[in-house]
Amino acid sequence: MSSLTAPEDTTTPPKRPDARPPRRPRRHLFPYLIIAPAVLLELLIHIIPMATGFWMSFVELTKFFIRRWLEAPFVGLENYSIAIDLNTPVGQELLNSFLVTVGFTALVVGLSWGLGMAAAVALQRPFRGRGVFRTLFLIPYALPLYASVITWNFMLQRDTGVINHVLVDQLGILEDAPFWLIGDNAFVSVVVVAIWRMWPFAFLMFMAGLQSIPGELYEASAIDGAGPTRQWRSITLPMLAPVNQTMLLVMFLWVFNDFNTPYVLFGSAQPPAGDLISFHIYNASFLSWDFGVGSAMSVLLLLFLLAVSLVYLYFTQWKKEKRNA
Amino acid sequence: MRETTGEKIFRTIVLIGLTLFVALPLYVMITTSMKPLGDVQAGFSWLPSTITFQPFIEMWSTVPLARYFMNSLIVTLAATLLSVTVATLAAYAVSRWRFHGRGPFMTTVLSTQMFPGVLFLLPLYLIFVNIDTMFGVPLVGTRIGLTITYLTFSLPFAIWMLVGYFDGIPRELDQAGKVDGAGNLTILLRIILPAARPGIVAVAIYAFMTAWGEVLFASVLTTEDTRTLAVGLQQYSTQTNVYWNQVLAASLAVSIPVVAGFLMMQKNFVAGLTAGAVK
Repeated sequence: MSSLTAPEDTTTPPKRPDARPPRRPRRHLFPYLIIAPAVLLELLIHIIPMATGFWMSFVELTKFFIRRWLEAPFVGLENYSIAIDLNTPVGQELLNSFLVTVGFTALVVGLSWGLGMAAAVALQRPFRGRGVFRTLFLIPYALPLYASVITWNFMLQRDTGVINHVLVDQLGILEDAPFWLIGDNAFVSVVVVAIWRMWPFAFLMFMAGLQSIPGELYEASAIDGAGPTRQWRSITLPMLAPVNQTMLLVMFLWVFNDFNTPYVLFGSAQPPAGDLISFHIYNASFLSWDFGVGSAMSVLLLLFLLAVSLVYLYFTQWKKEKRNA
Repeated sequence: MRETTGEKIFRTIVLIGLTLFVALPLYVMITTSMKPLGDVQAGFSWLPSTITFQPFIEMWSTVPLARYFMNSLIVTLAATLLSVTVATLAAYAVSRWRFHGRGPFMTTVLSTQMFPGVLFLLPLYLIFVNIDTMFGVPLVGTRIGLTITYLTFSLPFAIWMLVGYFDGIPRELDQAGKVDGAGNLTILLRIILPAARPGIVAVAIYAFMTAWGEVLFASVLTTEDTRTLAVGLQQYSTQTNVYWNQVLAASLAVSIPVVAGFLMMQKNFVAGLTAGAVK
């Protein structure tokens, strides 16, 4: 963000002989006027719901109180203790869901990063057909989520899907056709589908980042005898650091919060191995109509994401400042 | 600088692998949508026994696809228009003026962008229920309610990106407008908007894509009459059958306009998206 002062905020306006008298009040009102709709909407869609959600996590909000939820009794931290009590199914399932989500996020973010980087580097030099690959690789990102995930659901069907057809019938890698959408395989399925959707975003960001690296850097280093691997480590990676920093955080938050992929892939009966946390909270709230415990889980999720983001920002910014010093 | 053999091999492997990965679902979607149902149920085959366009005709009557399509279109366009308009005004204020609350406003916008949708879903649902019972304004199950919730994703992103874009437009342009006697709104409309067009287009595409593909809020906040495509497509499965050819025909049909639009605007989108991140 620039720190320049606004044109008409300067203390002494340029003096012109025929200058009109300064219109002080209107000048200060205008920014407030045009930002008002955004502030009102932010209040309505973010601030009030968040405050409400926080409050909801401290009251007993079962189905008896949904219609008159303002009268729901205050129960303090009880919803939180229910959510994290490992001696009950609720607590165990939440822990399981959290661990599944951590593994899911690590794999999806890591592999999307790798694939996106590989594709961007492979498409860095001009060659015939480069535009075709570029366009093809962006299609998964542009496809509406449900269209692509429904297609994957069909592909992963046990008896009629292409995956088992290839693995069992054509290549003979597997003996019995496995189920991909129930049991432990569900984890593999949801990871692959999420990567399919996510990696083009990394590709897109890296492609744009690579354009900003001057070609002379590569030429000069080639004269000094640096090979492609060395160039990648010493030029490409450091030059992409700013893109990387933002992108990793954004991808982490998107993937960790992913509700849509498991919802469309598994339907409402998600297997424990694919029980991602957003989906879990949704089910905990709407299937058992216990919004209080659901809200407590949401607040815990938010605190976790906030903590990770702050630690991440602290270290990346700290490193940046150290470099500049 | 010449390309080494190693680089060529790397490039070939990467491109072949990723092309297979990306193209497989696209191939399955397209070919299955042209198969008779019997073909699909007999087990997977790479080619249809006969090519038929029947699924593209039947898909309209198996589920009320036209109604879902209209619902999606109305909600998506409304959300896009609203977020672009509101965000443009707000971003202009933030970019061109120092005023009280500017910092807190941007911090709020930035942080809420990252929060899980499910966090907002439960409270919004209850608030909507409450507004309904207290004031008689129905929001649950209406298009207006859904449109408002879609702003939770698109508005923060739009504001954040447009501020970055407007900051990149030289203030000398504004000043030239001022000298010519133009008011603030005129400067916004005549100078800022045209100069920031790629950013505004990118924001609009983003808002459109997120609303068009959204599932969570649509599954909770719609009824049979207001259901969107995202939720409606799941109804092609009956208790005995899943009409896979029709499901994929419908998926293909609703994807083509979005993908085509995105690919046409791709350059704008990339430029806009990275303007904020690369800085």
